[in-house]
Amino acid sequence: MMNLKRYLILYAELWKNSVTREISFKGNFLLWIVVELLWFGLQLCFVSVLYSQTKSIGTWTQWEMVLLVGASNFIQQLYQAFFLTNCTNLSELVRTGKMDFFLLLPVNTRFLVSLRVVDLGAFVNALFAVCVMIFAATKLSLHPTVGQFVGFAALCVVGIMIHYSLMFILATICFWTVRAQGIVWGYYNLFNIARMPDEAFHGVFKAVFTFALPVLLVSNVPVRVLADKIYSPSAWLILVGVGAMWAVIAEWFWRISLRRYTSASS
Amino acid sequence: MNKYFHVIGIGLQNNLQYRFNFLTRTLFSFIPLFAMLSLWRTIYADNAGVGGHNGFTREQMICYYLLVAVVDVFTAVNEDDWQIAADIREGNISQFLLKPLDYLWYRLSLFFSGRIAFIAMASGPLAIFIYCHRQYFLLPPDAGTFGMFLVSLVLTALLQFFTSFAMAMLAFWLLEISTLIFILYAFEYLASGHLFPLDILPAGVKHVIFLTPFPYQLYFPIQIYMGKVAGASLWLGLAIQALWVGAAYMFARYMWAKGVRHYGAFGG
Repeated sequence: MMNLKRYLILYAELWKNSVTREISFKGNFLLWIVVELLWFGLQLCFVSVLYSQTKSIGTWTQWEMVLLVGASNFIQQLYQAFFLTNCTNLSELVRTGKMDFFLLLPVNTRFLVSLRVVDLGAFVNALFAVCVMIFAATKLSLHPTVGQFVGFAALCVVGIMIHYSLMFILATICFWTVRAQGIVWGYYNLFNIARMPDEAFHGVFKAVFTFALPVLLVSNVPVRVLADKIYSPSAWLILVGVGAMWAVIAEWFWRISLRRYTSASS
Repeated sequence: MNKYFHVIGIGLQNNLQYRFNFLTRTLFSFIPLFAMLSLWRTIYADNAGVGGHNGFTREQMICYYLLVAVVDVFTAVNEDDWQIAADIREGNISQFLLKPLDYLWYRLSLFFSGRIAFIAMASGPLAIFIYCHRQYFLLPPDAGTFGMFLVSLVLTALLQFFTSFAMAMLAFWLLEISTLIFILYAFEYLASGHLFPLDILPAGVKHVIFLTPFPYQLYFPIQIYMGKVAGASLWLGLAIQALWVGAAYMFARYMWAKGVRHYGAFGG
């Protein structure tokens, strides 16, 4: 219990630090929000173009897909707020040998490396995503129960943890090859399909991205819970199960990778 | 001229160091591409009449996205804009102001060698991907059209490069330009036809988009390849594309000249 309190105090300090940092680059802070908003708008634009060609994709109607794109963006923005910058910075820490400093501190290194910087702009963008979701839900005249809300929120947390576990594994590859610029690229390509309706996919592709890399579940399942589209309880069981599996693999991978760390010559 | 061939050679060696990076980039990009193809296949399977009202058969739609991937491999600016911005920020361009080497031609040579290295690494996986979708991969109507496609492809690459070069020049005035690059890229992504063929947009919107250079950064060469533009309108399109290339070149030169005057030569 003492330990948890210590970590909470520590995390509060990291937050303060991030706020100070963002305040000193106000213009840039606002511009990044604009960038993310534009890309979000682009995805919504794509949905409206798609549905000018068809009435539904599988059983997904236009506003259900807007809900899906919104939820997908919501999960991605929250993940970005807490973890993304830290994951992409990991290779820099290894390359420059700054990792030494973090290893020496009397705190769990993975905690520090994963949560050091908070991206505050992403919270603003997550809020925009919520607005879009509320709008879509109104269009669909959805009236979710408290249970559905709780289920949705819990599954979003699982989704964020899956984003984090997969990205963290990608990031720890930098212990093997120092030049790991392709990581973010790989991540974005992988999670690009999270906002697509699962019913558009079949066969091996669907199986791989459901059971091995559960990208097709991370936003589809929460939205199905919210929109009364859940086909069987197995969907969220798979999501939670595969999520737990990746969390364990990520921790294991981190421990092995850390053993390879030799520090940069200084 | 000779010295720039030298630069290409050195650039090639440099870029081949990143061959693993290029390969993984290509392989990862197949995931969203494949997803996009599945999405459209599902739409066409459920709606028999789609092809009739948007002018794209199922084969043409799939082929369109395959061509986007091909044109992208040949013409996309990879990391050139970031590198140019970093050169300016860190003061590396000072040496080019002293050497009898033009920075713009130097960067163009590097862009060229970067593309060759990328094509060398990406063509294998891309060929396999296309082979797997060969029933959708349509050939151009005739050899002449294919020739025109190649000409347009070169112009596309030049337009991409000069635009990125001009954008990177902002680094003379601003410390952080990545946000601005991403904002421009968002517009380009939509208006160049990356996300979907521009034909399925309402006519008015398409008309407005064609007043910008964006369609000539990807969409136009694909249109030629698929035989969607021919005769006089093809020549007119090529002329407009060439004009945009010229304009982008002049703009890049202008930005460079202004930037150098502003330049303070920080660092070594």
